Amino acid sequence: MLTIKDLNVAFRTRRGIVDAVKGISLELGTGETLGIVGESGSGKSVTSYALMRILDAGGTIKAADVTYSGIDLAKATERQMGDIRGREISMIFQNPRAALNPIRKVGHQIEDVLRRHNRATRSDAKAKAIEAMEAVKIRDAASRYEAYPFELSGGMCQRIVIAIALACDPRLLIADEPTTGLDITTQKAVMDLVAELIRDRGMSAIVITHDLGLAAQYCDRIAVMKDGVIVETGPSAEVFGAPKHAYTQRLVDATPRLGATTRSLLPAEARTPEPLHRPSDTPLLEVKSLVKTFAGKSGPVQAVKGISFMVREGETVGLVGESGCGKSTTSSMVVRLMDPTSGQILFAGEDLAKAPAAGFAKDPRRSKIQMVFQDATDSLNPRHTAARAIEEPLRQMTRDGGKARRERVRDLAHLVGLPQHLLDRFPHQLSGGQKARVGIARAIAVDPRFLILDEPTAALDVSIQAVVLNLLVDLRSRLNMSYLFVSHDLNVVRLLCDHVVVMQNGAIVESGPVATVMDAPTNPYTASLIDAAPQPPVRQLAA
Amino acid sequence: MSTAAAAPAAPRQSTLGHIAYVLKDNPVTMLAFAMFAVIILTAFIGPLIAPYDPLASNAARALEAPSWDHWFGTDNLGRDVFSRVLVATRLDLTISVAAVALSFIAGSVLGAAAGYWGGWLDAALSRILDTIMAFPLFVLAMGIVAAMGNTIENIIYATAVINLPFYARLVRAEVNIRRNAGFAQAAKLSGNSDVRVLALHIFPNALPPMMVQISLNLGWAILNAAGLSFIGLGVRPPTPEWGIMVAEGANFIVSGEWWLAFFPGMALVLAVFTFNLLGDGLRDMVDPRRRT
Amino acid sequence: MERLKPILTRIAQAIPVVVGVVVISFVLTRALPGDPAVFFAGAAADAASIEQVRSELGLDQPLPVQFLYYVQDLASGDLGNSVSTGQPVATDLARRLPASLELTLAALLLSCSIAVPLGVLAATRPGSWVDHVCRVLVTTGVSMPTFFTGILLIYVFYYLLGWAPSPLGRLDFMYIEPDRVTGFFLIDAALVGDWETWLAALKQLALPAITLALFTMAPIARMTRAAMLAALSSDFIRTARAAGLTRRKILYGYALRNALLPVVTTLGMVFSFTLGANVLVEKVFAWPGIGSYAVEALVASDYAAVQGFVLAMALLFVALNLVIDIAYAAIDPRIGFESQ
Repeated sequence: MLTIKDLNVAFRTRRGIVDAVKGISLELGTGETLGIVGESGSGKSVTSYALMRILDAGGTIKAADVTYSGIDLAKATERQMGDIRGREISMIFQNPRAALNPIRKVGHQIEDVLRRHNRATRSDAKAKAIEAMEAVKIRDAASRYEAYPFELSGGMCQRIVIAIALACDPRLLIADEPTTGLDITTQKAVMDLVAELIRDRGMSAIVITHDLGLAAQYCDRIAVMKDGVIVETGPSAEVFGAPKHAYTQRLVDATPRLGATTRSLLPAEARTPEPLHRPSDTPLLEVKSLVKTFAGKSGPVQAVKGISFMVREGETVGLVGESGCGKSTTSSMVVRLMDPTSGQILFAGEDLAKAPAAGFAKDPRRSKIQMVFQDATDSLNPRHTAARAIEEPLRQMTRDGGKARRERVRDLAHLVGLPQHLLDRFPHQLSGGQKARVGIARAIAVDPRFLILDEPTAALDVSIQAVVLNLLVDLRSRLNMSYLFVSHDLNVVRLLCDHVVVMQNGAIVESGPVATVMDAPTNPYTASLIDAAPQPPVRQLAA
Repeated sequence: MSTAAAAPAAPRQSTLGHIAYVLKDNPVTMLAFAMFAVIILTAFIGPLIAPYDPLASNAARALEAPSWDHWFGTDNLGRDVFSRVLVATRLDLTISVAAVALSFIAGSVLGAAAGYWGGWLDAALSRILDTIMAFPLFVLAMGIVAAMGNTIENIIYATAVINLPFYARLVRAEVNIRRNAGFAQAAKLSGNSDVRVLALHIFPNALPPMMVQISLNLGWAILNAAGLSFIGLGVRPPTPEWGIMVAEGANFIVSGEWWLAFFPGMALVLAVFTFNLLGDGLRDMVDPRRRT
Repeated sequence: MERLKPILTRIAQAIPVVVGVVVISFVLTRALPGDPAVFFAGAAADAASIEQVRSELGLDQPLPVQFLYYVQDLASGDLGNSVSTGQPVATDLARRLPASLELTLAALLLSCSIAVPLGVLAATRPGSWVDHVCRVLVTTGVSMPTFFTGILLIYVFYYLLGWAPSPLGRLDFMYIEPDRVTGFFLIDAALVGDWETWLAALKQLALPAITLALFTMAPIARMTRAAMLAALSSDFIRTARAAGLTRRKILYGYALRNALLPVVTTLGMVFSFTLGANVLVEKVFAWPGIGSYAVEALVASDYAAVQGFVLAMALLFVALNLVIDIAYAAIDPRIGFESQ
């Protein structure tokens, strides 16, 4: 149905021509779902834009032979392409809220497509648009028709985007990271819907994703991309179960999955013995009936509703939940950046909640509790070098002189595996993984006993995530720290944590040892979270 | 003081290197810097190099067109237009720099505090700024100078007041979006007090847009001051000042003596143009993301 | 009904601003150093007339009482009397306002009709000659003082080429002013079908309007270009392209409508500049509007007239901003929800 031969895409940039896609070839049969997987910068999204011929300015298709049902897409005129887009081939995108025109009613946006492809006339457009909305299972479609994107949830916006894409019954759907930015349960609902629609209408699909679990679950065949080249293709079970190419093997290994250890995420040659991890029974941090109330427009809003949990010395506790569940508010209060409305935060027996957050910077206990932030880029001052960033807590909280501090910065860089020559660089000159290391080095500079990790790997590619997770495991036993690990990724939590606390709407719905909670959840919400998480493929050892 | 002592020599060199790099990369910015240097130099040594006394009239040589003796011609009193344009540079520049400096300092302090702490301070500042902005700004400047008295100092104050909202709002917005940024929180965790976080971590990151604003504002300030003296406020004849010279020259335009208004007007345009070009150049220079 | 609420809220928000304007205006007239009685009596006053003015204005009363008097006078439309014309300032301003409005609106109409298409063209073809023209225009536009542009135009089009009539007022003395209906000569002349006068009025209006338009074009074109570029690179445009919508629909139906929102917001700032620049342009072209009235009053130290002018301009500007915001609320459905 679709044949791509030798597709090349280049971008004109300030630093000259950059080849984003270097001669890839693909085939897609009728009714088949193909997954294109790869890490950021592999050229997988560019491939799909090239197919649709909607590359950004500066991007050109150099050489290609793209045949769709006998039409050469690479040579079709812009007018022909306009007829094909939306009617023959459609596309859905990541970040659905931004993908919709913010000041046009969603119903009208669906109508625009219907009218463009002569599927509706002025008189029946509204009825057909509502029909299209019902097809993607939007309840009460007639009233949602009048809504603007900002009035709808992220999942609902993605349904509208799907409705736009499928309104004219295309035969091929391209989904570009369709679930990125959505909560895990919404993710599942959206993907199930897409899969069902594709199956029912006998469509073909290309799903572009960085999530191997998602690809394994929904795709028939897989193409793995790296640096603009396809390194491996084949049936889903084969590619993931018995990967042939070294890169695919590394990718599959690095994806956190059931039964994995942190070390097993690394390539075989880098697997050193896992450090000994034996948490003690002495409580280090005890949170008791912690409450945070914000003043909302329509009365006070309780973001955290009296939660209690405990972290023992040397232990790692996972705090999981979907966005808006109160986990970030909780971590801000524990790290003393925010004052709780009521409740206690006992740290080594002393109540930290008694010391106001505003003056906690000068508190002697400040150095004992530190944090690694979610977005490494955002958490580094763009005007400070890596060395300066790591040195900052030493300047404020130790009496060390300049020489001693520089010595210590070098030691810390060594400890987190940051090459010394990178210390003079500014954040924008460092890669994502390097920035994460700087953030960790800064957090451990003053020998904290307790570290809050706020989704420290959420923005990283899986192979770098694997390295950072291993670093965290090493540091934990080496420096005898306790972690509070905030995350939405249950597979990572399972890897790293001893205990897990599940939050929903500001309250703890379940907590306990990680294996117990994960394998036999007692709370239905926990169960739905675990169920919704795509199960990454497991590589057969025989291969 | 520990901050200054610990600063290693290497970054400073790289800053100079970066400036050189940006200048080489962007000839327009280099031109703007060269023009800026010429303007500053003229402001300092203008009175020394002026060929004639800018105030000395010579009835015998009134209204002469530009010539070798008088490059820019002479005015209706026989004064040398070139000398007057040169000497006026210092006054025009002083007014605008003083006004911009005043509004930059006041706007930064007020805006940063309002953006960081919010609350009643923020609400009060917003109300005051809204009220200032409710006037057409040039008209407000007219009103202020008319009420406070027709002096050069009052021109400076009036110009500072009408520029204040731009700085205060810009700083407020820039500080506000960084107030909860990761690096600001990290700085707090590193043991920095609120004032230190604001002054040493957040404010320096708000500087790039401020630099652009300052540069554009210097241009505006000159236009405003010249506009005020054009309608007879502030500077009084026979003091040489670009706006007032254009105003005096305007009377002779309809009879064809163009040079009276043209040269001071062009000086004005050139100065404002320089500051505008400089704004874009400065943005590249102070933005660390461009340092590669 | 739902759409009405944000508009009413916006009108309510204008009230404290008007109060602020009145307070500042009061401060400017009464509370600053210097003797307001001297100030209002004018330059030619002697000691006796100053004393008379002092008690007339109630300046022997404490400040809060004076403020009440001031507000009372304002409420009844009393801005004091002009020393130079001998008329109430309010009457003078009302008589001259249409001239200023005609000039300002003509200039804005002209600049919007050039700057918006120019900005759109520049954004759709970045790096092309249209883009370069746009950039040159924008940089020159913000660097040219209006009074200087006006003088240059007079020199070229009146003195050198002789195309423009002499730059003195709204109508050459050979013509008789059309009967006053709106006060806008172009409209009034058209209403009675006097096309000769209409053309003469247009000729007088052309140069000052162009001067003002050149000045206001820069910010509008700059903003249109930036907003259009931002809109074109946003995700929803990609969705629209992927759905096969026509280029026309994408450019005008989707991108431009979104891009106009920030442009409408900058119009407020542009109005502020225009009303200020108006004063200078009116002086250059001897245009009998409220701006040149204020300049004449300044020269004659007729401060009641100047303060009346400042207050009138501020109120006019507040009203214009209100109109802009209401227009904005009408095209952006998100208004009124953001604060929640």
